[in-house]
Amino acid sequence: MSLTLTAADWLALLTHFMSLSLLAIGGAITTAPDMHRYLVDERHWLSDGQFTSSIALAQAAPGPNVLFVALLGWNVGMNAGGGMGAGIAAWAYALLGASITMVGIMLPSTTLTFAAARWGHQNRELRLVRAFKQGMAPIVIALLIATGWILAASHGSPVQHWPLWFVTAVSALLVWRTRLHLLWLLGAGGVLGWLGWV
Amino acid sequence: MSLPPSTAPSTHSARPESLRDLFWSFTWLALQGFGGVLAVVQRELVEKKQWLTHEEFVEDWAVAQILPGPNVVNLSLMIGDRYFGLRGALVALAGMLALPMLIVLALAAVFAGISDMPGVQGALRGMGAVAAGLITATGLKLVAALKKNVMGTPVCWALAAITFIAIALLRVPLAWLLLGVGGLACAWAYRQLGRARALETEE
Repeated sequence: MSLTLTAADWLALLTHFMSLSLLAIGGAITTAPDMHRYLVDERHWLSDGQFTSSIALAQAAPGPNVLFVALLGWNVGMNAGGGMGAGIAAWAYALLGASITMVGIMLPSTTLTFAAARWGHQNRELRLVRAFKQGMAPIVIALLIATGWILAASHGSPVQHWPLWFVTAVSALLVWRTRLHLLWLLGAGGVLGWLGWV
Repeated sequence: MSLPPSTAPSTHSARPESLRDLFWSFTWLALQGFGGVLAVVQRELVEKKQWLTHEEFVEDWAVAQILPGPNVVNLSLMIGDRYFGLRGALVALAGMLALPMLIVLALAAVFAGISDMPGVQGALRGMGAVAAGLITATGLKLVAALKKNVMGTPVCWALAAITFIAIALLRVPLAWLLLGVGGLACAWAYRQLGRARALETEE
């Protein structure tokens, strides 16, 4: 996949991620549906496969899951630079992309957190603070479940690709109900996929 | 410029010795967290290092969760701030992100070289399906937190259902949902909190 990005496009990428940053209540992953809509459906900067594998890779790797955002930027840059085969230029673009998406997603939210956490800690009994916490709770929770649904749906319809949906359902059930280490599940998913069973 | 910490660190807990200690503690913590860092944060910072009591942890986590941004990153920022002010917040943030980001990009670079192999494609597809399950389960686990919600269970379920349908099925942009449904929910919660308070004073 190869494309051309103008300076205005890079700026648009930065501002879009900055605008998502302040909406990322419950984690950057809750804005993944909107990133998908923007990067894949609207701008066509990423393929569906690149989007999903970025999230899968960040989940499989150590560290906060927000790093999937760095991978999205990395892949946009890689596409803009002409792909892995294009050599050093593509790597530079990939690094630029990763920096832009990470700065975009982190800067507004961390600035706000720094200020608001101090204020909120000192005013945690205020009715306004409590109303915000209580009101947002069911929405944040449903967003997580919706994100899981969208990731599963990017593989195809439940009827046609039932083994993948089955794997998703079983792993959700195991994580929900047991203390099984997540690495075992990701490993098992990888092996099943490698063998071509799902 | 150094701002005063938001609360005095509790005297009964241990504390990070230095900014260097803070950086490596958070790096080590992040590197242990596959799929989700929260469980590791609790075990390392509360049980092993005892920088926070259990109560302090729960309180901070609630705030980290409602603010935008990655929860564990927000939490590290708040803890760093508490001990070393702004410098501490930045160092904790760097500890959480710097080395893990290098690792994940290196993995992506290695992966790109072998991504055309059908086995690798399959493995990623399988892991993606599991990842979808992990995120779903995180949401399902948190449903228990709605039991004590002031809006009441039926309203909570209705809000959750509207959110799911709007985002997962209709693919409505997130901003519209948060401003519209989120705003209504907060207003409703504000009203309910007022009523609960009025009832308390009557009794």
